Formats: sequence, C-alpha cells, structure tokens
Amino acid sequence: MPFASAARAAGREFISNPVAPMFSPEIVATAVLNGLLTGAVYALVALGLTLVYGVLHIINFAHGALLTAAMFAVLVLKLWLGLDPYVAMVPLVPLFFIIGYALQRFVIGPASHGNDANILLVTLGLSILIENLLLAIFRSDTRTIDVPYAFMSIDLDFALLALPRVIAFGVSVVVAAALWALLALTDTGKAIRAVAKEKLGAALVGIDVAHVYAVTFGLGTACLAVAACLLMPTFYVSPRAGGAFVFVAFTIVVLGGMGSIPGALIGGLFIGVVESLSGLYFGESLGQIGIFAIFIAILLFRPTGLFGARA
Amino acid sequence: MSRVAAYLPIAAVVALAAVVPLVVTSNTVINFLVFTLIVAVAAQGWNLLGGYGGQYSFGHAAFFGTGAYVTALLQTQAGWNPWATVLLGILAGAAVGAVIGFLSFRSGLRGSYFALITLAFAEVFRILANAAGITGGAAGVLIRLDVRPENFQFASRGTFFWVGLAVVAIGLVLTRAIERSRFGAHLVAVRENEDAARALGVDPLRVKLLAITLSAGLTAASGGLYAQYFLFLDAGIAYGAWISVEALVAPIIGGIGTVFGPLVGAVVLQGLGHLTGHLAGEIPGISLVVFGALLILAVAFAPDGATGMAGRLWRRWRRPATPTTTPTATGGERC
Repeated sequence: MPFASAARAAGREFISNPVAPMFSPEIVATAVLNGLLTGAVYALVALGLTLVYGVLHIINFAHGALLTAAMFAVLVLKLWLGLDPYVAMVPLVPLFFIIGYALQRFVIGPASHGNDANILLVTLGLSILIENLLLAIFRSDTRTIDVPYAFMSIDLDFALLALPRVIAFGVSVVVAAALWALLALTDTGKAIRAVAKEKLGAALVGIDVAHVYAVTFGLGTACLAVAACLLMPTFYVSPRAGGAFVFVAFTIVVLGGMGSIPGALIGGLFIGVVESLSGLYFGESLGQIGIFAIFIAILLFRPTGLFGARA
Repeated sequence: MSRVAAYLPIAAVVALAAVVPLVVTSNTVINFLVFTLIVAVAAQGWNLLGGYGGQYSFGHAAFFGTGAYVTALLQTQAGWNPWATVLLGILAGAAVGAVIGFLSFRSGLRGSYFALITLAFAEVFRILANAAGITGGAAGVLIRLDVRPENFQFASRGTFFWVGLAVVAIGLVLTRAIERSRFGAHLVAVRENEDAARALGVDPLRVKLLAITLSAGLTAASGGLYAQYFLFLDAGIAYGAWISVEALVAPIIGGIGTVFGPLVGAVVLQGLGHLTGHLAGEIPGISLVVFGALLILAVAFAPDGATGMAGRLWRRWRRPATPTTTPTATGGERC
C-alpha cells in the first residue's frame, strides 16, 4: 500500500501544525476507499468470531492466535513449496476447518464442562499456547512474503488502489455471501440456526449439538484461513500479528451486535474507514486508541451493538 | 473456626518462608523467589475479584502498571520517598480499579464482556504509556540506583525477599479476613447468583466495586514492588499482557477462591516456567506455552486447583473406604 503510506507520511508532517490538518479530497477519498478494502478483511475475521458467538454464545479468545497460525501457514507454504498465497487457500481452508472442528469437539467442549466461564479460560489458554508456540518456533521477527503483484495497483483517476487489497475485498464479499447462503439454504445451515436459537429443542428433534458446535467453530476458523491468505501478500506476520486484528474484530462484533452477520460486515467496513481516517489525521499509534475507545464506549453505552437484539 | 485457628496456617507458612534467605545464599534462587512473590501479590489481587467475586478480569495489568508507574514517576520526576510513592501507587491503582469497576459494573457487564473491557482498558493504558512524554515513552523509566533502606533499595536481595514476603502476608491476612467477613459472604453470594443475592438485600454493584478496588490496590502493590526491585519500567512491562496472564493463571492453577491458591499457583507457575527454560534452553515464549497448557489442563481436570487436589488426595488417604468424600464434579460448577 505505497499510496496509503505516502498519505500517512504527509499526515505526520501536518501533526506539528496546531491547526487540524487539511488534505485534498483525493487523499481523503483514497483513505476512505483503502479503509473499505481493509475493512472487508476485518469483516471476514469478525464474521468468524460473530458466527461462533451467535451459535455457541462464547467469545473465542483464541481467534487472533488462530489467525496468526493461519498467516504462518501461508508463509511456510510459500517458503517451502513456493505456493502463491491465493492458491494456498485450497489446502488451508479445509485444513483450518478441521483444526477448528477438532479444537471445539475435543478440547474446548470437553475441557470446559459446558460452563461459560470455563470456555473463556480454555480459549484464553489456547490463545496463550498457540501464540507462544509460534513465538518459540518462528521467533519474534516480522516476516513478509514476496509476490510479483504486491505493488500492482488499479488507477481510478482520483485514487490508486493496491491490487491485492482489491482482490481481498472481492474475495471477502464472496466468502461472506457464501457463508450466508450456507446458513440460509442448506440443511447444515438450518441445523446451525436451530442450535443457535434453541439448543435443547434442536437436540430433541435429533440434531447432534456437539457436532453442530464443532462445525460452526470450524467455519469460523476457516474464515480465518481465507483472511490469512488475503492478508499475506500485503501484510507482515509475527507471532503477535493476529492480536492486532482480533481486537479490531472484537470491536466490530460488539459494534455490529454479537452474533449478527450483517452487523459484522457493516461494522467491519465502518471500522476500516475509521481506522484509515484516524491514521491519516492522528498518526498510527493514536489511531489505534480510536479503535479501543470505540470498543469501550460501545460496551459501556450500547452493549447490544447497532444491529444486535440480544443483550 | 476460632480467630486464632483461622490465621494460624498463614503465620506458619510465612514463618517458614522467612527462613529461606537464611538458608539459601544463591542470588539466582533468591532472585527467582522475589519475582515469584511479586507475581503472587498480583495473583492475590486478581483472586479477590475473580476467585471470590467471580468477575474474571483479563486486564489486571492496568492496575499493576499504574502502581508501578506512579511509584517510579513520583520518585524520578518529583523526588519523593519511594516508601511513600509505593503507597501512593497502591492508592492510584485502587482508584483506577474503582473507576473501571464503576463504569463496567454499572453498565451490567459480566462474564466475557467484563473480561473484554478490562483487556481493552489495559491495552489503552499500554498505548498511552508508550506514547506519553512523562512515562519516558518507549525508552522507559529508570530509577536511579541508590542503595539505602530508607530509599527502598537494599544491599542484600534477601532483605527484599522479606519485604515481598511481608506484602504477601498482608495479602493472605486480607484475603482470610474478607473470607470471614460479612462482605466476603456477600461477595461469594454475588458470584454464585447475582439475582438471588440482590433478592436477599445484597447490593451487587457496591459489593463488586469494593472487591475490584481492593483487588486493584493489591495488584498495584505488586507493581510498586516490581518497580522498586527491577528499577526499570516500560509500557510493555507495566501494562503488558504478561502480568494479566500470570495474575489470572496463578490462582486458577493454585486454587481459585482460596487464601493460599494464588501463592501456591505462583510458585508452581514460576517453578515450571524456570524448569522448562532449563530443559528446553532459552527459547522465547516456551514458559508461556507451559502456562497456556496448564490453564487448559487445570480447567479440564482440576477445577479447584493444586490446593483443592491436594485436599482431595489428603481426604482420600485418611478415609480410603468412603467414596462420598471425593467431590470431583462440584468444583467445575462453581467458577
């Protein structure tokens, strides 16, 4: 994202100016568009989180660590097999579905004895475990991969958009639509929705609740694999990289309403734009504060989010 | 239990521990023990709110860091006496706890939501401390080496061990006193069932506010000790996730909602952390891998922690023929 960083550099120069910085409409428009592009990937990460919350009614603290794991998987496939990140989706999405399924079915479910507070602690334990295992294996270095199309861009006359981010936006939208179709049209989707609404009733009509829980968790984790493949052409990975995204994802999920899929999509795009604009006007480290401030404010004043019905 | 009998185990444990620096001369060992005591104090703080009150904070770093920074900055910037600044650090930490508690509990945040918002507050503090000028920013704060007891710096590490042990002892007595008080009973009632507690005339908001204030104050004391012992702080140390994790994992490993749980858990955690460091070599993050695995295993197999497990084994050993004395399933429901 060469253009965005140029804009940010320009922003820093303006910081010394006590008057609020003024940017040309082109720069602001580019920032908004870039925010939307990043926001789509945020939305994908948030989608996994909100899906798990909507069905299992738990906050998966291991979400960020699993995203980091997926990003490292993309890196390893690229370094060892020379696999393009986009092609890596083909093996990684099913793999991460299986990992998610197994984690819920064989670790989180049995270990927490069906108690919410225990689930919270088990997913926290998983996140500590995964993150530090990655740290032990890969060390804390920040790594990137080289792809020939990393710096290609699309010229929109008034704005330049990096090609990988446009692809990321497109794929995210397609995945979100596919997920929606799966939930709305298939039998599995019907079972997931039934369990989300009333798990006892679902069990009584013969739905295997533990299986549905695990499938849902697997779907949420598969979303992360997609997000990782979309991120790696332009983003870096370190053992803590997922943490940066997951807080954004938490914010999006509480903003959009816990468990709401449209909420996650709109929330993701919104947060992407907010982050991009606050990065432009306040510099990057204070831009981060903006995300947390929104997060805390929503939790305190409107914990049901903008689209959620549940408290 | 009579008053004496309630506090006797604490006196015994503290007296036994106080002998350690007289026997052990290795600086490495004492160093390890002092660090363990500092973690134990933070864990005792967490346990007051999380163990007795059932409110799981994922961001006790907010209180640890405030205690540490106030202690260090009032010394380096204002030139105040460290004994006074540690006390002020505790007050500041308690105040931060009261404010975060008031905001979150008034909005009715519980469970995962409370965990998330405490984590968010700790992160905001970390970013601010890293960016602000007064905290030394990313370069950190260095407390000048000036070894005098009135300056909270001691020639021998053993002396600092006793200071740390004294604070742990205060934590143990405080926890026991709360356990035996009316407030403690209210706190446990809120943990078990907030609505039922309210129906019986307990004001959950007031009870939880007092709990988070005491909890934050104790964890801030741990931060103050850290600053005085290591004489260096930066945002990643003071407000980093590491202390939030240790303060939470130690009581769960040791025995959540018990007087000795946090101390036992801190010893077990630090011991295992060092052991894996020795066995696996100095691989970064390896001890935290162990902490994460222990947390999952403890929740899965020992919901009442090491002290609970020891108690179970003890009862089984004394009365081997009575299966009714092995309450394995009840612990999980409690937390």
